[in-house]
Amino acid sequence: MIRDARMVVIAALLVFLALLPVYVMAGGNQFPLILFTRIVILALAATSLNLILGYGGMVSFGHAVYLGIGGYVVGILAKEGINAGGVQWPLALAVSALFALIIGALSLRTRGVYFIMITLAFAQMLYYVAASLDRYGADDGLTINRRSQFGLINLSNKIVFYYLCLALLLLVIFLVARLVNSRFGMVIRGAQSNERRMRAIGFPIFRYRLVCFVIAGTLCGLAGVLLANHTDFVSPAMMHWTRSGDLIVMVVLGGMGSTFGPLIGAVALLVLEEALSGITEYWQIILGPLLLLIVLFARGGIVGLLRPRHA
Amino acid sequence: MLYFIEQCLNGLQVGMLLFLLAAGLTLIFGIMNLVNLAHGSLYMLGAYFAATFAAWTGSFLAAIVLTIAATLLVGMLLEIVAMRRLYGRDHLDHVLGTFGLILFFNEAVRLIWGPAGLNLALPAWLSSWIEIIPDVFYPVYRLSIIVVALAVAGFLYVLVMRTRIGMLIRAGASDREMVGALGVNIKLLSTLIFGIGAALAGLAGLMQAPILTAQIGMGENILIVTFVVIIIGGIGSIRGAFIASIFVGLTDTIGRAFLPDLLKMVLSQAAASTAGPALSSMLIYLVMAVILIVRPEGLFPASGR
Amino acid sequence: MLQIEGLTKRFGGVIASDDVTLSIASGELHAIIGPNGAGKTTLIAQLTGELSSHSGRIRFGGEDISALPAWRRSLLGLARSFQITSLFLDFTALDNVALAVQAHAGHSFRFWRDARCEAELREPARAALERVGLGARADAPVANLSHGEHRQLEIAMALATKPRMLLLDEPMAGMGVEESAQMVALLRELKQELTILLIEHDMDAVFALADRISVLVYGRIIASGEPASIRANPDVRRAYLGEQQAVTLNG
Repeated sequence: MIRDARMVVIAALLVFLALLPVYVMAGGNQFPLILFTRIVILALAATSLNLILGYGGMVSFGHAVYLGIGGYVVGILAKEGINAGGVQWPLALAVSALFALIIGALSLRTRGVYFIMITLAFAQMLYYVAASLDRYGADDGLTINRRSQFGLINLSNKIVFYYLCLALLLLVIFLVARLVNSRFGMVIRGAQSNERRMRAIGFPIFRYRLVCFVIAGTLCGLAGVLLANHTDFVSPAMMHWTRSGDLIVMVVLGGMGSTFGPLIGAVALLVLEEALSGITEYWQIILGPLLLLIVLFARGGIVGLLRPRHA
Repeated sequence: MLYFIEQCLNGLQVGMLLFLLAAGLTLIFGIMNLVNLAHGSLYMLGAYFAATFAAWTGSFLAAIVLTIAATLLVGMLLEIVAMRRLYGRDHLDHVLGTFGLILFFNEAVRLIWGPAGLNLALPAWLSSWIEIIPDVFYPVYRLSIIVVALAVAGFLYVLVMRTRIGMLIRAGASDREMVGALGVNIKLLSTLIFGIGAALAGLAGLMQAPILTAQIGMGENILIVTFVVIIIGGIGSIRGAFIASIFVGLTDTIGRAFLPDLLKMVLSQAAASTAGPALSSMLIYLVMAVILIVRPEGLFPASGR
Repeated sequence: MLQIEGLTKRFGGVIASDDVTLSIASGELHAIIGPNGAGKTTLIAQLTGELSSHSGRIRFGGEDISALPAWRRSLLGLARSFQITSLFLDFTALDNVALAVQAHAGHSFRFWRDARCEAELREPARAALERVGLGARADAPVANLSHGEHRQLEIAMALATKPRMLLLDEPMAGMGVEESAQMVALLRELKQELTILLIEHDMDAVFALADRISVLVYGRIIASGEPASIRANPDVRRAYLGEQQAVTLNG
């Protein structure tokens, strides 16, 4: 086993996440639990983005759309009286997959700058659609009165819900890790490394990228479902393109193309935001240039910084 | 019918503003291969500068001159301090870096000018209406936007087609070493081009301010529409940007004006009043999607890109 | 095996390929030579499907492949090596070749098994590396390999796709004397099993290996035939040495 700084940090983080509710139950205040539930959910979204961005090189600036889609399916169904999780969740995933399929089919035929702009444009389009749904809250958003019902598991219990999110996060991290080392993953990574070469040896890249895009969108839809349950609320703001930007920041900050990078990035960004907003109301003035500095000097993210230096 | 003509003119006006932004963005991308998300921030700064200068000097004309100068300066400063370190890097780096700049500018504006927007009142000589064809009255101000933007388009045409700088732009001179080897001071050229792009954005913001007021976050919304213009028109092409801007401006304005009523003819009242606004706001994106299916490189892509 | 008929390619006003017609028999090693800028790489790009032609047809094994995308042509058995090395730099040599094997081992919609543990992919990859002499460097990251080893890797990747024909674009570019000799020996071996279209500047290698040679100048084939006749051809000499020298040589 390699004992380097990365493993230590990750292990410590996982232990912390596992034991957090214990601290809360022991009489500490509830706020950390709420904060970290949100962090865990967004880490799941970031992990899904890492799949297409970190491993596939597809810079999607509209990934937060799937948070919104997953959330809105839950919200809309709840409003119409359908609260069964067994109906809501699969439907949310299916709808996310469908949108990812359509958006991916249209966007993946383009490259580079075009792809970034197009994913951004489609995300904005869906944002406007959500904002025009008067029946479902339009701009103000939609309150969810009852969380997804699952019979045995009570999602209204904050601790239960936290552990559910954490379990799902770890499951998704595991699945993505297996995926990127499979044949499919090799095609995606090879296409990022040298697209021309891939075609020359006989790979039809488009179809693989599309499937990857759909998988990532679906997983992000799952995060959206969890987020809707967490906040008991959905609004167009969930899919605003600045949310997509936040997800990209998490992936890059943590370390692109690494297994735990997205989780580390989510923790780092959200904790940093909490800390900074405690110092000043105008914390984005610090965060903005900080991002630029990271891009210029710490491109490998936190995982990159922790990587052992070979002699 | 008269309403239709008025909407067409509005569409043209919107299109012209989009053109100013798209032209700047495409210039910057064409020469420096740089994706600049902060372009919208420069537009926002233009609006805020204009309102501020107008209040200070009491003269609209002075505000125009000062705003253009100020955004030109901010643009060049930005290029020197931040942008030039991003050249040659991944587009992802550009996206992240300029995203950081958006956050910075939005907060800085909030810090300096406060969260509420700023108004810019039009001087008397611009507030009247003019009868362009019998029985059709159109605001002088909106007409002047169209005129100014067309003048800028003309200027850009001359710049790109008839000057040495234009030659470099047309050659898609993103190979910086090559251009430097030709004896051109590439650093100065980059700073200048970025400054011009910024000034164009600032001008658009200035012109928009009396209509929509200066607000934080106004840059991002229009930035995305500008992206749609560039996608439809083809990146790197100013001609494409011109045609696509008009097209998008017209589609969006006329769509919003007439679509809800059109829908009412086919759908029930209730369905039309929900679908109407939703479809109107989606319209330009739907058009973009259709164009992408047919021609992924855009309608007039600059050759070789 | 490969029939090129009237291939034409223009870039704006420049004619890169001018009505190229060529026929390569099965089992032949056909070399294409010509001065720099003659359009050799453009020709290969059209053959592999990277570039589209304005007119002309390409038939491979009797089948018209003119409209097929690059990846399909590869699956039909047409493999290439690149003039400027094009590899997966972040991976090991073995990973690179295994990817080439994978492309021809059915579909890749397999999401679970670790591809690096699949003998079906790794064994043929190792074999290809051994064949070109890189067996010992299988686990080295490509970024750490020397230029000559990169060229060898290009060949290994082409071989791993079990091709019927190889299109080699200057495989010996930038190689030293010893490495070139090794490459020539390898190509001599491969000649027995595969049809090869070889683009090269190294004349010793060309005349040692080629069954037939075609000369490409400004996108046109000015001469085509057995090595001896090409050597003696005055047009060829003129193309390489220039007008004046040809005149002085001939008295």
